[in-house]
Amino acid sequence: MELARTKTAAIQTSGIASWFLSARRGGLLALALLLAVLPLLFPNNFYYDVATKTALNAIVCIGLNLLIGYAGQISLGHAGFFALGAYASAILTSHYKWPGLLAMLAGALMVALLAFIVARPILRLKGHYLAMATLGLGIIIAIVINREIPMTGGPDGMNVPALWVGPWRLTGAVTWYWVSAGALLLAVWLSLNLVESPIGRALRALHGSEVAAETTGVDTTRYKVLVFVVSAVFASIAGSLFAHADRFVTPVEAGFLRSIEFVTMVVLGGMASTFGSVVGAAILTVLPQVLAAAHDYKHMALGVIMIGVMIFMPRGLVPTLAAFWRRRGSS
Amino acid sequence: MSLLEVHALTKAFGGVHAVADLTFTVEPGRVHSIIGPNGAGKTTLFNLITGLYTPTAGRIVLDGEEITALPTAARAAKGIGRTFQNLQIFFNMRAIENVMVGRHLHAPRALLSSMLQLPVIRRANRDAYDRAAELMRRVGLAAFLDSDADAMPYGALKRLEIARALAAEPKVLLLDEPAAGLNPKETQEIDDLIKSIAAMGTTVVLVEHNMKLVMGVSDHILVLDYGRRLAEGTAADVRNNPDVIRAYLGAAAALPR
Repeated sequence: MELARTKTAAIQTSGIASWFLSARRGGLLALALLLAVLPLLFPNNFYYDVATKTALNAIVCIGLNLLIGYAGQISLGHAGFFALGAYASAILTSHYKWPGLLAMLAGALMVALLAFIVARPILRLKGHYLAMATLGLGIIIAIVINREIPMTGGPDGMNVPALWVGPWRLTGAVTWYWVSAGALLLAVWLSLNLVESPIGRALRALHGSEVAAETTGVDTTRYKVLVFVVSAVFASIAGSLFAHADRFVTPVEAGFLRSIEFVTMVVLGGMASTFGSVVGAAILTVLPQVLAAAHDYKHMALGVIMIGVMIFMPRGLVPTLAAFWRRRGSS
Repeated sequence: MSLLEVHALTKAFGGVHAVADLTFTVEPGRVHSIIGPNGAGKTTLFNLITGLYTPTAGRIVLDGEEITALPTAARAAKGIGRTFQNLQIFFNMRAIENVMVGRHLHAPRALLSSMLQLPVIRRANRDAYDRAAELMRRVGLAAFLDSDADAMPYGALKRLEIARALAAEPKVLLLDEPAAGLNPKETQEIDDLIKSIAAMGTTVVLVEHNMKLVMGVSDHILVLDYGRRLAEGTAADVRNNPDVIRAYLGAAAALPR
């Protein structure tokens, strides 16, 4: 209740005080502080690496959450968009010597175009059918990457040149931690902004009742396509950054299990919660590293987590905890 | 000129004609009720006017412009609003956000300015919030300004739908059984609300089973039976029409008195 009231007040009034008071700005500030002090706890480069992967996974999940959590459409193929971004950067910078940022942009545009073209027929489907169609799309992308050996190196993967930004050559675990932390903050900010806008309300509305959204003037098809494209572009950019951070990409990044991983992160962290996506990505990226000995059981663990969340915490971690604190605050 | 014209409208589901060769007009600024026994085709008619169903035959004209082929959202943009007999609330949103969605057609909707939350979007958010709060107070939901939609009682949700529809500033508002399931006090509030909506210049088309409400608020009543027009006129005309009595109460009741 208390949270709702502060949120309401933040929309009503403007000024410096409410800027910091509002839950979203407060969360963004807290995340920035966390990302800034986290390296103090890192004893070696391995930790920076894991944190970088966490941030990049989180960016994919933030985009995916716009689609799944806010607009209520499922995708089991987002690893495909992630991999397309990664390979676009890898191929354009190594085979064609494009500047890294331009390659990243080209990858994002290509993914946006692909998502736009397939979105209309695919998003006409609902529920299981939509899941199957997006699953198929992801698998097709994985097959193409596996088979186009002269371009992609096939199952062996391919090396990726370092990313140049102007005169700077971005290499090393520490540098990439800061780059991906910055990208993550930007993604969170963009997502929070979008959610709290007429478009964001339209997305949540078509999730709540497609019929009511339409009769209120929301062109539901248009907004489904829009959010599908936006979420694919988030994945593509994260993929490009991943390729340059890791300096190596393999078709595993396009795989079905990778798509499932992303969806599990979103569901665990919390549907329709931008910060939930960050938490979900963090837990499921860090956990396998901590339990490295149990690596063989990773995908089984994903399944168990998914089932557990669905049964005991269907709204996911962050929304459930937020509701808990709200109740405590008001009683 | 009539605000809404329906010409020879027909909707067949297989062999059943839910709406059959129906023609009528709705005059601006008035309350126009459509009544009839269950299954007479009232909700089907609303679904045809809003574009949720495609008619088998016939035309629908709004404000002199044919809208028969337009998709639902485009009709909303032309000025058709509605509420639902079976609630269609956005339960994943707060109550006031439900009404803010109603401002969609009047809000800026560019992707880039939304993601960057440019001043134009911040202003639109504030305006939508203020307008939604004002509408919620107007329909008697001041107590629910901070509520989640899924925490509200049935009667309040009925009014939330009306507020959401009004937020779009429709030319014609289709109300599908707004008083169904409400107690007498709540029904009286809906009665007052409908009168005030009409008084503000919004044309109302009302489908309702509560005859006291219908007879009290309607300027004009259309009676449907099996998808056809059975009778039409003022409350007094309709009340005394033998065909209407027969349709509602059975043939015996309409025998000579």
